[in-house]
Amino acid sequence: MAETATAQRTVRFIITRQDKPDAAPYTEEFDIPYRSNMNVISALMEIQRNPVKADGTKTTPVVWESNCLEEVCGACSMVINGKPRQACSALIDKLEQPIRIAPMSTFPVVRDLVINRERMFQALKRVKAWIPIDGTYDLGPGPRMAETKRQWAYELSKCMTCGVCLEACPNVNDRSSFIGPAPISQVRLFNAHPTGEMNADERLDALMEDGGIEGCGNSQNCVRSCPKGIPLTTSIAAINRDTTKRLFRKWLTN
Amino acid sequence: MSGNSYYSRKLHSLLGVIPLGLFFIEHALTNYSAFEGGPEKFQKSVHGLHDLPLIFFLELILIWLPILYHGVYGLYLAFTSNLNTSRFSYGRNWAFAFQRISGVITFIFVIWHLWQIRVQVALGQLTIDEFGAKMHEIMNNPAFFVLYLIGVLAATFHFSNGLWAFLVSWGITVGPRAQRVSSRVCMVIFVIMAVLFILSMAAFRGDDFASASAALGTLRQLS
Ligand code: SF4
Ligand code: FES
Repeated sequence: MAETATAQRTVRFIITRQDKPDAAPYTEEFDIPYRSNMNVISALMEIQRNPVKADGTKTTPVVWESNCLEEVCGACSMVINGKPRQACSALIDKLEQPIRIAPMSTFPVVRDLVINRERMFQALKRVKAWIPIDGTYDLGPGPRMAETKRQWAYELSKCMTCGVCLEACPNVNDRSSFIGPAPISQVRLFNAHPTGEMNADERLDALMEDGGIEGCGNSQNCVRSCPKGIPLTTSIAAINRDTTKRLFRKWLTN
Repeated sequence: MSGNSYYSRKLHSLLGVIPLGLFFIEHALTNYSAFEGGPEKFQKSVHGLHDLPLIFFLELILIWLPILYHGVYGLYLAFTSNLNTSRFSYGRNWAFAFQRISGVITFIFVIWHLWQIRVQVALGQLTIDEFGAKMHEIMNNPAFFVLYLIGVLAATFHFSNGLWAFLVSWGITVGPRAQRVSSRVCMVIFVIMAVLFILSMAAFRGDDFASASAALGTLRQLS
């Protein structure tokens, strides 16, 4: 037993915790036995199995969210060593230690590392990030999309509403109503679609209201942070161009 | 802020370039005439401007009101931004932070500068013929010189970087290459404008502006 204790390599975690949505955050430290190829989620699972702090006292298990475990659902986003990213693709071997973990507090914290990303889904509704094809009869096949366009549009479709770009953005905070980068890029995606394009103005109008695209201050942190490599600043500038055109068209034709 | 913030934000962005940016360039050139041709040329430039017809309304509509709107709304925008360069120390994020910091510095500097020059004219304490002499006096005060240097550099950065952001915000530069090129161009503009201002600040320190001020002083006493 003594030999296993000395042979065991551990990894130190400093985790920011919070018991309730309105409770004050605090930190706790854990020493997790090292296993090769482990990631932040498997370390959190280890704490769940054995919720003992580095000083040997017992605590409640740390709560987190995860689903896909392959960086496509966005549920496990958290701040790891200062940067917002997915815990499931954060390999311990590639992280500086001690590893600091905190919730993405741009969003309301539910408990520990669990946050409420509701505002992102509300934003998608607000900009109508879908293609309306429901009706009482078969509309037939839609227009075809050019392959060159499909290629860049596909990149935009990789967004998993993970919220990392909102966490990185200095203009998404409780003093500002800025909608954030992700939904703006989704407007570009749905406006690029040959059928979606038929409702392009509605989506642009939704971004030309309080808390719309004008909230962007061009810090460009979003494009540096997106785990899916989505060209967010290009999307924002392209929608800036479309909203500018819409602005003048509305003024001059009405 | 009441009303649709899309329009108020767009107006803020537009006013920053037209007319304020254009006025800023004009101001840099007028000052530079002090370096190029001494007191005589500088006074000629000043007169050229002040002799424009409807000068009061031109100033009011093209300068005072835009500065007031751009400045006050800009303070509000700075207040609604976080500075997170410690977590995200990327070049563009630093520029974002400096844009807000330099904006606040510039606004304070502009108010002070207006107080020293324009308000004194309005109060009858200064005539436009004494601008060169007044600047000579200010520039020879070492503390004022440093404060002016900070104010001028802040204003120049705010203008150049603001121009870059203007091109993005109106959808003129869209892709990463276009934005990279425009950021280089804007940095060149920053250097050129800063040099123009600093050279004119140095020129105002010169003795020729002192003698101009002495001559003006005697002239006034005589009349
Ligand atoms: S754009 Fe990227 S960072 Fe933003 S929510 Fe989508 S996947 Fe996440
Ligand atoms: S669990 Fe789905 S992205 Fe990490």
